[in-house]
Amino acid sequence: MTVLTTSSRAPDEAALRTIAAKLRGRVIEMAHAAQAAHLASALSCCDILAAAYWYALRIDPKRPDDPLRDRFILSKGHAATALYAALAFRGFFDPAELDTYCRNGGRLAEHPPAHGLPGVEAATGSLGHGLPMGAGMALAARINSQAYRVFAVLSDGECNEGSVWEAAMFAAAQRLANLCVVVDYNKWQATARSNETLALAPLRDKWAAFGWNAHEIDGHDVGALAQSLAAIPACGEGRPVALIAHTVKGKGVSFMEDDNNWHYRAPTADEVRKAHEELGLA
Amino acid sequence: MRNEFADELTRLADTDPRLVMLSGDIGNRLFDTFRARHPSRFFNCGVAEQNMMGVAAGMALSGLRPVAYTITPFVTTRCLEQIRVDVCYHEAPVIIVAVGAGLAYAGLGPTHHACEDIAFLRSLPGMVVCCPGDAWEVRAALRAALQQDRPVYIRMGKKGEPIIHPGIPAAFAFGRAITMREGDEVCLISTGNMLPEVLHAADELARHGHSVRVLSMHTVKPLDTLALADAFRTCRVVATAEEHSPIGGMGAAVAEWMADSGTPVPRGGFLRFHTGDAFFRQSGEQDFAREQLGLAGHQIAERVEVALHGKAAG
Repeated sequence: MTVLTTSSRAPDEAALRTIAAKLRGRVIEMAHAAQAAHLASALSCCDILAAAYWYALRIDPKRPDDPLRDRFILSKGHAATALYAALAFRGFFDPAELDTYCRNGGRLAEHPPAHGLPGVEAATGSLGHGLPMGAGMALAARINSQAYRVFAVLSDGECNEGSVWEAAMFAAAQRLANLCVVVDYNKWQATARSNETLALAPLRDKWAAFGWNAHEIDGHDVGALAQSLAAIPACGEGRPVALIAHTVKGKGVSFMEDDNNWHYRAPTADEVRKAHEELGLA
Repeated sequence: MRNEFADELTRLADTDPRLVMLSGDIGNRLFDTFRARHPSRFFNCGVAEQNMMGVAAGMALSGLRPVAYTITPFVTTRCLEQIRVDVCYHEAPVIIVAVGAGLAYAGLGPTHHACEDIAFLRSLPGMVVCCPGDAWEVRAALRAALQQDRPVYIRMGKKGEPIIHPGIPAAFAFGRAITMREGDEVCLISTGNMLPEVLHAADELARHGHSVRVLSMHTVKPLDTLALADAFRTCRVVATAEEHSPIGGMGAAVAEWMADSGTPVPRGGFLRFHTGDAFFRQSGEQDFAREQLGLAGHQIAERVEVALHGKAAG
């Protein structure tokens, strides 16, 4: 797929939507092949990943260890299939390897691993770890006089974790302008509505109260996402940015959208076919 | 140990631009010199240890060598998940430095005691666990930590402990015990801030005509198995001493090594001096706590003497 990067050019929204649809299609195939959980969580963040990897991020898949690369951390590591598909399609590794997801002896476990997989900046899966690590990376840029941005995608359920708010206060105190959080706010966590579990709302106000420039955004509007992510500065001091991305869990497939059974359910072959039709991939 | 740690850290930062100091809101004035010389590399992370450890890992993965520092329970068990996942799983070269280990802060009560931390950190893959015996060993441990590319846990006492070594111990290396005294009848193995008590015990035993070897087993992981093998081969009584639970500490590590290597208990016995599998619930300072728990030098000497005379086994 074509890389649409360079923030000097306006994002090609139609192209980004096509990429997001392809990510969703691949994620659904992987969930089916592995009969693995967390499909709906992965579908929820595909537009965010498309906007980041095909527009906003300053990265070179051929040089995944470039010290000046932007760092992207999928802190909601249970959506690993979406990250794997994005990294593979973007050229970090051979897309054929996606077929090895969850297979014995492979690199693609159900949560992103530490080391060994190009493009994975942090092993996630235990929630509440990505933002503190990202804050450390963002602060390291300042200490090392390097210019790069750090992006961390969190789930709304993840915001239950106290470590998220520890990191939020730290990043604000250190004025980490090169740090950006995207909360994939799909209103569900594993077994219940997120706002019935712990009182997250008003989520934007919470991040603002913690010292962040917090904005609500349509988490499926690839154009708005692309421009908001690209606008994060690579150096300088200031408030970090939190994008509260309103999303739909299971987005893109009518019979999965906002149905939390798909947090754990894996699709049948017939359901994969129907989903691909809806995504325009059939 | 604490003041020498701050001093050594400042000196090392003078020549190593990778070194970054993260404090969990302790050490009032302790780091004034560091802050004056390296203002852009000192961060008070507040009372938020989970975040501090994650930040340290993120920095270490970005080429820096962060030191994460606060009181022992808070820089170990409080943020154990971050140490396990962010630091150890990522093999991030974070230097975790704890102050007040064991019963150093006895007076502050069990919330501030740390008699389980060796067990937790020793079980984490890739972690070096170092418990310096005096301020010079602290300096040596810090230098050694910066020479390698893996996580290190340095478990310090407090301030004002006896200075034992005359200077930086020659050829200090993780996993290599320091022989403080040569002897072939008894071997006393100390880790961390028990070293003065163990040396006191050795003095008493020597006065009674015994030949006592003393090892400062400053590294609990990796363990110096060569030094252990020689001690168990040579000595009639071998004893370990630590301000730590009998579960998972240095004595337990030695017992595991004995089982794995098929090393028999010496004729006179293998004794373990530790803080017991219980919270120390009384108020009082470290010396009082040691007396209550049988960790004072004279108590160690008495029990070893009994073992040497075959009256009781450990």
